[in-house]
This record gives sequence, structure tokens and C-alpha cells, in this order.
Amino acid sequence: MESQLGLIEQSFDLRYSGWVREALNELPDSFTITDPCISGHPIVFASNGFLKIFGYSKDEVIGRNGRMFQGPKTNRRSVMEIREAVREEKAIQISLLNYRKDGTPFWMLFHMCPVFSKEDGRVIHFLGVQVPIPRRPKRSVSTVVGNIGNLCENGARAREGMFRCCRREVCSDTVLELGRGSALDSVSSPDDREIDINEPCETSELEKQKANAAVSNVLSVLTHYSELTGKLVCGKRCCLSGTGLLGSSLNISLGRIKQSFVLSDPRLPDMPIVYASDTFLELTGYARHEVLGHNCRFLSGLDTDPATQFQIKEYIRTEQPCTVRILNYRKDRTPFWNLLHISPVRNASGKVAYFVGVQIDDSCKNQEEHGLSPQRRQLSVVGAVKVAVRSLSMGASSS
Amino acid sequence: MMLRIKRVPTVVSNYQKDEAEEGVRPAGGCGRNCLRNCCLPGAKLPLYAFKMVNKFSSDKGLVDCEDKEAPVAFLDSLLLGEWEDRMQRGLFRYDVTACETKVIPGEYGFIAQLNEGRHLKKRPTEFQVDKVLQPFDENKFNFTKVGQEEVLFQFEPSNDNEVQFLPSAPIDVENSPSVVAINVSPIEYGHVLLIPRILECLPQRIDRESFLLALYMAAEAGNPYFRLGYNSLGAFATINHLHFQAYYLACGNTLEDLSNVVSDSCICLQDNNIPYNVLVSDSGRRIFLFPQCYAEKQALGEVSPELLDTQVNPAVWEISGHMVLKRKKDYEEASEGNAWRLLAEVSLSEERLEEVKDLIFEAIACHIDDNKGVTPTLLEDSDVTQSLEDVDALTGSHPAMVPA
Repeated sequence: MESQLGLIEQSFDLRYSGWVREALNELPDSFTITDPCISGHPIVFASNGFLKIFGYSKDEVIGRNGRMFQGPKTNRRSVMEIREAVREEKAIQISLLNYRKDGTPFWMLFHMCPVFSKEDGRVIHFLGVQVPIPRRPKRSVSTVVGNIGNLCENGARAREGMFRCCRREVCSDTVLELGRGSALDSVSSPDDREIDINEPCETSELEKQKANAAVSNVLSVLTHYSELTGKLVCGKRCCLSGTGLLGSSLNISLGRIKQSFVLSDPRLPDMPIVYASDTFLELTGYARHEVLGHNCRFLSGLDTDPATQFQIKEYIRTEQPCTVRILNYRKDRTPFWNLLHISPVRNASGKVAYFVGVQIDDSCKNQEEHGLSPQRRQLSVVGAVKVAVRSLSMGASSS
Repeated sequence: MMLRIKRVPTVVSNYQKDEAEEGVRPAGGCGRNCLRNCCLPGAKLPLYAFKMVNKFSSDKGLVDCEDKEAPVAFLDSLLLGEWEDRMQRGLFRYDVTACETKVIPGEYGFIAQLNEGRHLKKRPTEFQVDKVLQPFDENKFNFTKVGQEEVLFQFEPSNDNEVQFLPSAPIDVENSPSVVAINVSPIEYGHVLLIPRILECLPQRIDRESFLLALYMAAEAGNPYFRLGYNSLGAFATINHLHFQAYYLACGNTLEDLSNVVSDSCICLQDNNIPYNVLVSDSGRRIFLFPQCYAEKQALGEVSPELLDTQVNPAVWEISGHMVLKRKKDYEEASEGNAWRLLAEVSLSEERLEEVKDLIFEAIACHIDDNKGVTPTLLEDSDVTQSLEDVDALTGSHPAMVPA
């Protein structure tokens, strides 16, 4: 346990300069910071705001996993979604039922986001912000208030809304009213905790706004304090320039291959995707920036056979080509059977530089395109990629 | 007097043995699944039938065929797919992609490859080198003795002026097809042999029909990286059975690539309502893309009256440095300072330029490294290949943008 605590201390101390905890505690918000690199994904920091809301002391919380705040009526589906977001290293905003130390449940808007290392794009921490959702009487002022809040919180969103955006002065007045409104709400119903907690709680724009603001504030502090140690963090996975993304010539040559495939770089941590074809994006429904820098495992889901995933890992480890049939999921979570072929790709140095993964939607009916079997078409992609990677890395300045 | 040399011949087929090893063949079939009468009947191979149209005249428009996508990329896909299949089946003597290779620094871009597996440590064979034309010798190795698994597909002209592909077609013994086979000692990925009318056992000599076939294959592959070659006897052809060789060597990007990158960038700017100018120079080798905001500033009243008074509208020629002035005063007082003052109003702010660059790079799905551009080699490639470096020349108020 001591070494665990030691790791937890280091999780912060190595990355952020001194006084970071004090700076974080100057923020009024409720939030926790967890470290996915330590076994058990424990909490390494809990703000005073958090401890106050949940009724725990710091020592009762540091080193524990976030599931300690869940309870019998916490929605399992929501928990799974959070776990998936952790696995996929993505942000998530979701309402969740949590339990205080005294056992009382309450709804909160949980906003979690990864904190990335600026130099190599790895996830260093996860930041979790908790915004309690006050009970609201149904179909009342609150929903209207919600809409107006939607309108004016920032100019951009307002343009999309139903009403055209008002001038700034009007906006800020409304927001003030909003603030007063919700304060009244919470004061007026102190014992609302008894109200049916089975009903999922509606979050209004105010909660979302608060969550976003808290995230932004915490990230600001973390970024600032990481500058001083030189180990910068940032809220976005920074563009993997240089080693991550491919050179323009290769990118362009690969762009000529009109099939679904990705290139992953085994020399980078967690073997991220460094190239994804347009067809791949069409097949899976993702945008390019959602895919680059991530390991392909985000395509797998609940019913994906872990044995198949293990098989893939083994073939990759031994640098052998393989073909598997794996259940994958599009962005909209619709599943499809993916006839996946993976092959190592060497560059001019003769060493394996990438792995290419070629996807075929097995449920697609037009299998025999121009007489080439799907397997042959996959192999032709592998060949074209091998030619491009080898040839275009021959230049003197390639590594 | 006969001129002879001794050398170790390259092994291009797994069934290629030198004469001493040939031995006696069993009468009723060799059991090796070759292409001779013993094994050929009933054999089937994929057949690619190409269209015999004069490709050069229709080069300008790709309107040859209704289905543009399929034929152009198709022979390419077929060849690469079959080749990779044979790779994975272990038919090659070594993995050529595991051989280190590099471009030799210098003016010409020579390529060096370390390939220890190609050369066999065997007893050298004698070759007569003073006769370029020699008769076909059945007893020596020829391509009818290769295993059928080494043949990738038949390559024939199409009957009805349309590209056709049959995944499994019988081999017409009466009318010998031409075939494409692998070279089991490849010099690069995709190294194949094109053997015209294989069953006719023609000796290694070029004729019009065969050469045309080879050219059709190059055209049909439709891939700028596809290279075709021929060695005559005496010029180190290994086997006296008519054959060409081909493989893939990528050597930088083409004019079309540069054009596509630039036009995609322009389309991105248009779609995002960002006005811009484009300058093409150096025979199409350098392209400058300038997003600008002068008109917007003018409309918002943010341009100084003095500048407005010159009535110079900064379009592409002005931004490239060619200032056409309307007033004598401006002409006489023309200075670099004045020119820069104008251009400074034209260009976007640093932050905005970065935003626009990110927008474009996201749209064209690649990240052009500001510092490196492309490798020195690609820059040195002369007329054929184009440099992408200068697509990167999105301007700020960078002095280098104005040509001297």
C-alpha cells in the first residue's frame, strides 16, 4: 500500500510543480483527478469542493477507484459508457447517480476528459468534474430557463438556436437571471433528495456550462503547473507532428488507394493509427481527427470476441500477416462483421515501420467487385501500401 | 572465335535448375504442375483482357470507359494482390522489403540496395555472349517449366473492346496466351515477368507484336511507379525464352498529386468563405496559395486612407510583387516599405493564418511539415516529379514570398 501511495504522490509531483494542489483547491468546483497508469486507476487528487459534496475526507478517497461512489441504483449502462470513454481515451459528459458517504444518492452531471502529455500524446490523467443536478419540478420555468440559457451562453451556439442571437448586453442579463433562478430552485426544495431517483435527471445547459467551465479552469491550472516542470500537458491530444503523422508524399500516395484501410505505428505508445483512408471513415462513420492518434481497439465493443483480439495481438507481436473475422462497431454503435487483414509493412530500412489493417464489411453484398475476391482486394491494398512506404522512405532524410 | 563468360545466373523460378541437375523426366507427367503438356490440360488461371485502344490519343480525357474507376486501377490491383498472395505463401526466395535500400546522396538519385539473398553461391555457368540471337533450346530451362503457382494471370487483348476479367479461365493451348509470372528473386516489390505467347517458346528477341504487348501492359497498369524492362542475350538476360520484366518503384509525387493537393486546399478555402489568390510559377513546379482579407478590412473601414487612396487592389500579381500604380506620385515614391505596408494589410493575422492552415491540413488529410517540406531527393528530381514543398508556402507577411 505504501508503494501505491508513493506512486500516487509521484503521479502529481513528477508532472506538476509544487503548489499545484493548493492552486487546484482555490477552484470552487468539485472534481477528481485519476491516473490510468497506476493499477486500479485510482484517484490521485480530490478537490475540496468534491470532498464537501460527497462528505468524505481526503484520505478516504485518495487511492480509491471512482466506482466507490456508485451504488445499487446507479445505471450500469452509464457506467459502461464511462468505462468505454476511458478505454478510448475520449471525453464524456453524462448524468450519473452517485452516493454520498452517508449513503444518500444524488444525481450529478459527470464530465470526464483525458489530460494528454504534450510531447507524445499519451494520456497522463483523467479529470472528472461533478456538477450536482438540483431537482426540478416538471414542465416549469426551469425548462424555459434552460432554453434561454441555450441561446446566449456563447455567440456561436446561439446562431444555431431557434432565436437569432441577441446583443451581448441582453445575453449577460439573461444569464444573471438564470443564475438567480437556479439558486432559488435549490433553496426552495431542501428535501428533494427523497424524490424518485429512478428517473434519470435532465441536465440543463447551466450544468453543462458549469462543467465546461470547471474543466477549462482545472486544465488551465494543470497546464500552467506542468509548464514549470517542462512536462507539458494539454486538453487535446496534440497533433502528432513529426514522428506521428506521415510525410505528405506518403499521405498522397496512400490517398490513391480507394479502399478501407488504416496504418498503425508500432513504434509509438499504444500503436496509434497514423493514417486512415476516406473509405475507412465512410465505413465506420468517424471523422479523421477522431481516429488519428488512437489505437484501433475503439472499433471493438461489447460483443467483440476477446479471443480474436488476442489473436490479433499475437500476430502483430510476431510480425506475421493474418486475416480474422471480428465484430466491430461504427461510431453510431451499429455492429458489423469486419473481415480484417493485417500485415506488417517495412520501410526502406528493411524494418517493420507500420502495420496495415484492411477492412471489408462482411455483411456487404457486393463482394465480387470486378471479379476480384475480397481477399484479393485486401492483398492488393497491402501491396500498394508496401510499395509506397518502401519507396517513399528511401529519401536521405527519412529515419 | 566464340566469346564466353561465366556467371551465376539469377534464379527467377523455383523450378529453374541448371542443366546438370535436370535429369530424366518421368514420361507420364512431371508432377510439378508446370505448363507443359504433362500438366497443362485442364489448368486454369485468371485472365485479364485489356482493351486495344490507342491509349495516347485518349490520354487527355479519361472518358475511354464508362466505369472510370475500375479499369485504370484494376490491373494494378490484380498484380499487387496476386503478388502479395504469393509472398504470403512463401514462394519467393527472400522478402525483398526486408532488404535495406537507400537513395545515394547526390545529383542523380541513384538507389542502392543491400540484397544478400539474390546472389546464389553456386558454380557459375557459361554463357555465350557474342550472339544476341540464339535459337530456343528445349533442354535448357524455359518458362513452360515453371510451376503454375508462379504464374499470376494470363494477359490477352480483349475481343470486344472492353476490359474483361475472368478469375479462372482455361488456357488456350492452340492460341497460346501471354502470361505474367513472378520473379522469385525480386529486385523490388511486385517484380514480375511478362512472357508473350508462352507456349510458342519464342527465343529472347523482340518483335513488334511482343513489344506492343509490353507497352499495353505498362499503359494498362496505369501506375506512374510501374517500370518495364528488357535484357537481350549478351546484355545479361538469364533465360533464352522471350520475356520482359516489370516492377514498382515509387519515386515521388506527380504533377497530378500537386494539382490535387492545391485544388483541394482551394476548395476548402472556398467552402469556408475565405478569399484567396493562387500563383503558379516555375513551369508548374511551385504553387503559392495566399489567403487574404484586404477586401474585408476595406469594407469594415479598417484600411488607412492613404492606402485606399493609392487605389491598388491587391490581387494575385500585386501580392506576387508586381505593383501596378495609378498615380505618378505613388510610382515615384515607390519603395519596399510602401509595398510591404500594403501587403501587411492583405495578409491574415498570425493566429488566423494558423487556424486557416489547420483547416486546410485537416481537409487535405495530411500534415506538411513546415520545416522539412519534402526530402532533398524529391527536390532534385528534375522534370518528371514535382515538389510539394511550396504548397506549404501559405503566406503571412513573409518577405520570402515576394520574388526578387
